[in-house]
Amino acid sequence: MSNPAETKPLPIKVITISVVLIWLFLAAFPFLWTMWGSFKVEGDFFSRANWFNAITGPVTERQHGSPFTLAGYEGAWIEQEFWKAVINTAIVTVFVVIISLTLGTLGGYALARSGFKYTFWLLMAALVFRAMPHVTLVSGYLLPFFQLNIWGYLPTTIIVLVAINQPFTLWMLHSFFLSIPKDLDEAAMVDGCTRFQAFRLAIIPVMWPGVITTGLFSFLLAYNDFTVTSMLLSQENQTMIPQINAFLGSTQEEGKVMYAVAAVVSAIIPLFVLILFFQRQIVSGLTAGAVKG
Amino acid sequence: MPHKTFLSFIWPSLVAMLLFIALPIVSVGFQSLYVEHEQVLVVGETCGPFGCTEEVSVDAAAMAALRAEQPAGQFNGLGTYTNASHLATDEIAEIFATSENFSEIRNRIMNLPFYKALIFTLSYTFIVTPLVIILGFIIAVAVNAVPAMLKGPVIFFSLIPMLVTPLVGSLVLFWMIDSRGIIGAALQSIFGDPSLSLKASPTLTWITLFVYGVWHSAPFAFVVFYAGLQTVPRDTMESAMVDGANRWERIRFVTIPYLMPLATFIALMQLMDNFRVFEPIIGFSAAASATSLSYLIYNDLRAAESPLFGSAAATSMLTIIGVIILLLPVLRQNWREFNRKT
Repeated sequence: MSNPAETKPLPIKVITISVVLIWLFLAAFPFLWTMWGSFKVEGDFFSRANWFNAITGPVTERQHGSPFTLAGYEGAWIEQEFWKAVINTAIVTVFVVIISLTLGTLGGYALARSGFKYTFWLLMAALVFRAMPHVTLVSGYLLPFFQLNIWGYLPTTIIVLVAINQPFTLWMLHSFFLSIPKDLDEAAMVDGCTRFQAFRLAIIPVMWPGVITTGLFSFLLAYNDFTVTSMLLSQENQTMIPQINAFLGSTQEEGKVMYAVAAVVSAIIPLFVLILFFQRQIVSGLTAGAVKG
Repeated sequence: MPHKTFLSFIWPSLVAMLLFIALPIVSVGFQSLYVEHEQVLVVGETCGPFGCTEEVSVDAAAMAALRAEQPAGQFNGLGTYTNASHLATDEIAEIFATSENFSEIRNRIMNLPFYKALIFTLSYTFIVTPLVIILGFIIAVAVNAVPAMLKGPVIFFSLIPMLVTPLVGSLVLFWMIDSRGIIGAALQSIFGDPSLSLKASPTLTWITLFVYGVWHSAPFAFVVFYAGLQTVPRDTMESAMVDGANRWERIRFVTIPYLMPLATFIALMQLMDNFRVFEPIIGFSAAASATSLSYLIYNDLRAAESPLFGSAAATSMLTIIGVIILLLPVLRQNWREFNRKT
């Protein structure tokens, strides 16, 4: 920096750097530790003798002949059939993202372009709906779903997740469409387009940054959901996160805890990759609501 | 945009929200007025080689018929709301009538499941939210001051605790604070107490959950504040410098007032999210010493024999009322702003 008033004295530099490093450690270490530990056996990851065993892995070496083992992953993915849950999660997330973006772009666009008072009430209702704890909604679903005999299937859960996701999607896309100048689609309409054609020809080509950002958050909601999926899916249609919770119930025996550890790490890795590629979009999405009020 | 066009754009999204958010709330309200059917008992005689004995058993066929006829159960009015596992009006009246001092009242109220959950939920909401804002602000100011090459990795790793689902995040920490895990073992050696366990006492469990909550949400506050810091106007900052404001005064009188609207936004989001705290309680297996409103509902729905729909629905209604009370100030403020604009 050229401005001499902005050069910092040494103590302040030391303090800021150490705050940042401490935070970096707090945020990253638990995950790195668990990832490393997932290649060990229970005797090392939960070592009674010495915590350092979790790093060097002497028990793992004794049992498997090398300080790293895939036993936990084998147990979780093959023996406990975690792969089925992974496939279910993939189905649920793909459909939830596609459907909620389709509904959300149409609705968000309408909310952004209509000046009537009821748009305000719709947005406020969406805010209240967003604040509803999901488990209260689930307690409303169960009985009707049992009666209609649609409980336990993936499509039901997908639709429910789309609906739960709508308030957030609407808010986000609404504020994104507000940032696209009105002139763009109005000019198209002056040229003779209907509203829908204007949307298709003038808005869709420029809306992708906002849609991708919103889509990331829809993905996260569907991928991370525990409440809805654990209550609305039958055992064989279970997704990853409820499946991990189910592991915990049955993992009291020696060694089975490592299945859950391996499954947890398997569920975290895709998020790592996602953040790696979309860090900028996620950050802009998190701050979008804040900056625009 | 004419009403008709508006409707043709928004109806799919509107239908989804009405069917799966508004209608379930109505359904919850309806269910909360009903309780499960009483069990139909039949007395049967079983005769063995040593004579006959009378046995009372549940008549499964009659129960099934009853359930088919009235799936929601029998009408109970507001009975479920006032019973011992919800508002417990009788118990509260008795506690106030027979207790001598405040701490006795407090202890006895803490034994009622609904109030225990309510107190935890409120403490969690109102302790974690301010801590998240403060910690997020400190990290944002610090990160803003370090060399640019550090910023990317810091943001990358900060996003992980927030974006990982609470159940998974809390499990990761839960395994570390196990007395055989690294944090648990470290605490034992720091305090020189080999029997120390974070899972044992209710107070320590509460603190663990609070710490988890801050760890999980601080990145959100950090990212929002950090983005806000990039837009602090340079002119104001420079004129503050010219006027002789030192580093602290610049933060206190320029940065903080400028970021205040962001703090309100974070507080709103955090209040909503923290009020439904639930997954960490499962992740940390903390239900014995800390339950939240959402956890109570989950637990009722998971009840071993058949789900307690009535009880879950009553708790849900009370939770929804809580959410609305929490949001009232925000709604009022939005209403004023909207009126000013139009």
